[in-house]
Amino acid sequence: MHASLFITCYNDTLYPETGRAVVNLLERLGVDLDFNPKQTCCGQMHANTGFRGEAFSQAKRLVRLYQDAEAVVVPSSSCVAMIRDQYPGLIDELGSPALRQEFDALLPRVYELSEFLIDRLGVEDVGAYFPHRVTYHSSCHGVRALHLGDRPYRLLAKVRGLEHVPLANSDRCCGFGGTFSVKNAEVSSAMLAVKLQDVVSTGAEYCTALDNSCLMHLGGAMHRQYAGMKTIHLAQILASTEASPAEATV
Amino acid sequence: MSQPVQIHANLDPTTALPFPQAVLPVLRNPQLRKNVAHAIDVIQAKRAKLVAEKTDWQQLRNAASAIRAHALDNLGFYLEQFESNCTAAGGHVHWATDAADARRIILDLLRRQQATEVIKIKTMTSAEIQLNPFLEAAGIHAHETDLAEIILQLGDLEPSHIVVPALHINRAQVREIFARRMGLQNLSDDPKELTNAARHFLREKFLRVPNAISGANFLIAETGGVAIVESEGNGRMCLTLPQTLITLAGIEKVLPRFQDLEVMLQLLARSATGERMNPYTSLWNGVTPGDGPQSFHVVLLDNGRSSILARPKHRQTLKCIRCAACMNSCPVYRQTGGHAYGSVYPGPIGAILTPQLMQMHHAQSLPYASSLCGACYEVCPVKINIPEVLLELRSEVVNQERHHLGRFFDPMYLGLRIANLLFARAWLFHTAQWAGRLGLRLFIRKDGWIHSLPSVGAKWTQTRDLRGLPSQPFHSWWATRTKEAK
Repeated sequence: MHASLFITCYNDTLYPETGRAVVNLLERLGVDLDFNPKQTCCGQMHANTGFRGEAFSQAKRLVRLYQDAEAVVVPSSSCVAMIRDQYPGLIDELGSPALRQEFDALLPRVYELSEFLIDRLGVEDVGAYFPHRVTYHSSCHGVRALHLGDRPYRLLAKVRGLEHVPLANSDRCCGFGGTFSVKNAEVSSAMLAVKLQDVVSTGAEYCTALDNSCLMHLGGAMHRQYAGMKTIHLAQILASTEASPAEATV
Repeated sequence: MSQPVQIHANLDPTTALPFPQAVLPVLRNPQLRKNVAHAIDVIQAKRAKLVAEKTDWQQLRNAASAIRAHALDNLGFYLEQFESNCTAAGGHVHWATDAADARRIILDLLRRQQATEVIKIKTMTSAEIQLNPFLEAAGIHAHETDLAEIILQLGDLEPSHIVVPALHINRAQVREIFARRMGLQNLSDDPKELTNAARHFLREKFLRVPNAISGANFLIAETGGVAIVESEGNGRMCLTLPQTLITLAGIEKVLPRFQDLEVMLQLLARSATGERMNPYTSLWNGVTPGDGPQSFHVVLLDNGRSSILARPKHRQTLKCIRCAACMNSCPVYRQTGGHAYGSVYPGPIGAILTPQLMQMHHAQSLPYASSLCGACYEVCPVKINIPEVLLELRSEVVNQERHHLGRFFDPMYLGLRIANLLFARAWLFHTAQWAGRLGLRLFIRKDGWIHSLPSVGAKWTQTRDLRGLPSQPFHSWWATRTKEAK
């Protein structure tokens, strides 16, 4: 099985360890992975702030870049949601029918990481070992845009040594929202405080998710408050084994 | 009219503060935040339970969405059908282009009755046109009769929700307001006693005042009838006791057929108050001799709605049936309550409706008052894709602002324009990562984290730390690894 990794601008810049974990994990599962160094951003930041023209040029670039890919794996549910939910409108409004065709052909081959593992590879037990108490935050885009459902939980359940602690109000937004976190920093912080209360009260060591954006938000507050917890992308838990434990992160 | 017409200035979109500023006092108000969070948690829990028992919930949503979309796509036809059927049943239909028009029509109708008082059913539309202060200035006192609206009116407080407008007020506050304004020094905060006080206060008005104003949950084109749902029965008093009834309704409220109510009422009660059915559902057509109001008027209000209707992507905004499920599910509203939205329509629906009603001349901060979490769309009984409309409106705000010189150098606008150039070429993006890492190094503390940043960055670091940029971005790790493998 061949697949192309779209790492996303966010992970490339801020969370390369998540990218390395995806590579280790998928290669361990026998996937022949490639990485196109020309990739940059899906356009989500521009689209969500109201810069449609700019978002479209990034959408067009991404569609062209991956048109020959057998499968595209993206370790970020909000970027996948951007591609699935916003590209059609952007392309119809600003692009050509030909581009729309290329996009429609590409779309079924774009997978969020947990979708790729469960729907495409058909694996739940990826052979991971992570001997910690972990709680899972259902990021907004994962739960309401991609409808990931129980996929992340099924993956977590098969990780040896891992104790999953359910998170109350798991699907409530952490308040990140991209530029929302700066444009409405105070409301964002209030939402974060409420979320963090739920997260910390699980008593878990790690909070995991399928979006490093939420995790940067939560992790930033945990660090500021000496909360005694860390965040870790699910890919890093799944990549972790006895022989090669998850890299120390955040 | 010489006197100014104004409701609380901070609920008037033309004078309200931008959302990010308006939230500041709210966020530091413990009582308001606890009351709001508690109230919507209770409603949400009830709603979730009753939605779960409907196995056809998603089909109902699809049906409701289709009914509302069809009504809006053929709005002219159905409004005219409503007008002719309502008129045939003895009602009078008036068309109001804007708020001033509607206020004038209502005032004229009341003056014809030599009214000095009028009783009202809770109506958001009358708040939208700022009717009460206008009538007051014209010498007509409007008595609200919905329990929550009485609390707010007597306490001179602002509504913060469209279904439960006093959800930010607690029992002790209600007791204080009633004791003071009704002259009941010995009143306790027992809910039963408070309700009784309100009942006595209201009964006298129901029996005395011969004119009433209502809104409408639905107008039914096929019959010319009006439907109103409520929980207390005070609305039905207003609809049946007076001689004159004036119903104010937005033009979008029309449903094609009577049987469409079957879908709508199932969704509305569950979504709004977490009930299987509203305790009081009132339906009437025109005038019935010897029974109920003998003079019945419907004022159909446009006030910006036809400009929303004219835009295909925005039109869905008008599908709204005002159930408030969007605000009850909204994590932003849960922190802020309604006042910060600077409009009588708060929450996610307010964030898309208000700027559009204002034709994008005011309330431009509202489309950004959302983290785009999508909870509102998930619960909306008529499937308004609120995040989609928010993004449309954001793009309109950017198009309005991006060429203003002040905005040109705004760090966020500048940053996004630069980012767009960088994302067009990977080598530029990679150079920027390198430069960014160097730049941020100035701020990194010994623990490898950034605790404080200037400018826009300060908005982040005011409550969160930021890990310093890793020395090796992923793409460069991949390049090294590929080279080593060869």
